[in-house]
Amino acid sequence: MTQDHLNFIFIGISFALYIGIAVKSRAGSTKEYYTAGGGVSPFANGMATAADWMSAATFISMAGTVALSGYDASRFLMGWTGGFVLLTVLMVPYLRKFNKATVPDFVGDRYYSKLARGVAVGCAIFICMTYIMGQMRGVGVVFSQLFGISITSGVIIGGTIVFFYAGLGGMKGITYTQVAQYCVMAFAYTIPAIFIAMALTGNVLPQMGLIGSYTAGGESVPFLEKLNNINTDLGFAEYTSGKLSPVNMFCITAALMCGTAGLPHVIVRFFTVKNVSAVRKSACWTLLFIAVIYLTAPTIGAFARVNLVEKLHDTPYVEAPYWVQEFEATGQMAWVDKNGDGKIQYYGPGKSDAGTNGVFQGKTPTYPTFGATEDQLIGKHGERLLANKADDSNPNELWFGNDIMVMANPHMAGLPMWVIALLMAGCIAAALSTAAGLLLVLSTSISHDLMKKILKPDLSDREEVSYARFASFVALAVAVYFGINPPSQFIAKTVAFAFGLAASSFFPTLLMGIFAKRMNREGAISGMLCGILFTFGYITYFQFLDGTPDQYFLGITPEGIGFVGMLINFGVAFLVSAFTPDPPQEVQDMVENIHIPSGSGEASHH
Amino acid sequence: MKIDHPRAHRRACLKIVFSLLAVWFVVSYGCGILFREWLDAHAPQVGNAPFGFWMAQQGAIICFVILLVIYAVLMNRLDAKHGYTEGK
Repeated sequence: MTQDHLNFIFIGISFALYIGIAVKSRAGSTKEYYTAGGGVSPFANGMATAADWMSAATFISMAGTVALSGYDASRFLMGWTGGFVLLTVLMVPYLRKFNKATVPDFVGDRYYSKLARGVAVGCAIFICMTYIMGQMRGVGVVFSQLFGISITSGVIIGGTIVFFYAGLGGMKGITYTQVAQYCVMAFAYTIPAIFIAMALTGNVLPQMGLIGSYTAGGESVPFLEKLNNINTDLGFAEYTSGKLSPVNMFCITAALMCGTAGLPHVIVRFFTVKNVSAVRKSACWTLLFIAVIYLTAPTIGAFARVNLVEKLHDTPYVEAPYWVQEFEATGQMAWVDKNGDGKIQYYGPGKSDAGTNGVFQGKTPTYPTFGATEDQLIGKHGERLLANKADDSNPNELWFGNDIMVMANPHMAGLPMWVIALLMAGCIAAALSTAAGLLLVLSTSISHDLMKKILKPDLSDREEVSYARFASFVALAVAVYFGINPPSQFIAKTVAFAFGLAASSFFPTLLMGIFAKRMNREGAISGMLCGILFTFGYITYFQFLDGTPDQYFLGITPEGIGFVGMLINFGVAFLVSAFTPDPPQEVQDMVENIHIPSGSGEASHH
Repeated sequence: MKIDHPRAHRRACLKIVFSLLAVWFVVSYGCGILFREWLDAHAPQVGNAPFGFWMAQQGAIICFVILLVIYAVLMNRLDAKHGYTEGK
């Protein structure tokens, strides 16, 4: 039995499981479509939220980011878990008590304004869209790895699958599918880590391995010291100390945390449980399940780095392991023999006078087009040649995408074939579960908040669900397009922008809606607009226009600017509301009421 | 007396929230970012890992989970005290 057969069997079984569950718990009414009828147990919802939460970016790229940047990657680790503390103690219990189906619903009612609702819908659509692009990209990476096809075809196949079971199944279908997906993901992520931890450090628990000793090389040395030495020898920064400035680190972490607490697709997950006390319980389960994966990610990253360098650095290409060629074939790894010695050399910026370690000119590898001659395609050692010109300012010869770290890890460690197959199934589960959750929020935002509440109030239940299904199709088509042509190089980065935007729009608006009784319509709308326009402008300027890093405001990268956008939102909102009339009495009563935890009833959409 | 119920509940609730958020801030931003270098150099190591680095990559996440459990327990107890508990 070959690896391909095993992959197909594992993925086939997991797909059959998801589709079976989705069909069995298909949504019949709008209420089931939006919030699964409000009767999901806290434990099941916790698992489903965790699966929804852990995207392809988390699953595929995060460990790679940790491997590459060491301490600096802590911003993702803390940001994406710490946000749940904010979410749980400040947001969801109150929003659940308020008892509506979507986040724009709360904004629209709390700020007694169609305009506020409209702005919220716009933000929700925009955030989910940015986020879902990263997911589609992730699906593409996995499928391209799996079938040896291009990422483009991978994205299209993935999009089709997501549409079939998420667009049709609604929240109820998704929730129970996600429970199954979480189980697949958790096993897929932790089992390879356990194997590798045993091989490298002799510890069964990867987390103990990280703080333990490296024993694979004969004598035992502290693992992190080994990693630091590898990094400094090759000209990289020390693994345990970062390159980012504390200000930037602080802002990015804060933007990720507040963004997490403002993400509409996470908030609505908590509308599926019975009451406020169940929300709190469910949040505990959610974070626990997330922590299982997040505590493993840094260990995988660290182990993968050691493995990669040991296996490839200074190895003749002809003796390099088989997976190098597999990754070359899909364009995720490239080797340019700059010094002509036939060996792979991997160096950091510290080894060149120019302070660079680019292998070739340009950001991603490009290849000779169809019709090129044999000697343009394959080099003299059998490597795949690039169309890019070599970057001769430094000695580094090896390029690889962040995304391959998790995928290549079991290969590097020589793990049994079924572990690799399980990992593939896990990657797909991660991408599918998040894409499905996002797609649902996108489609409900359009069908419920835009069509029903703003444009066509006389829409019937059945028509609303049809609109939702149609909207999910359109949304997915757009997401597939951007998945094929991603605006940013790494999945984790694309996703980080969604957080910046959520942090600068929803988080402050919802927080003031819950805790500031006197916050009025005018304040909220102007705050939201200023926050999101500022953040959006800043990101666009530096990502798509010709902004250069020395123009950064206080040295804050686009990833962290959401935090500043959030402060602007708060500032503008309080300033404007001080000069405009108080909200009406019934709205103030409503705010009083959401602080009383009992009597939330079932989540409804009326 | 009855009128004052929601207000007392809300005050107690905010007290819980703010104390938990203070801990949240210290374990993540404090240990993991702002005072990391000092802690790396001066605090005892966790296994073979520098303290600040370990907090940023592992410790903070463990603390977050514990914080949420404490929140759920304290809030449920507070709700019960004020008679807001709902039947199953």
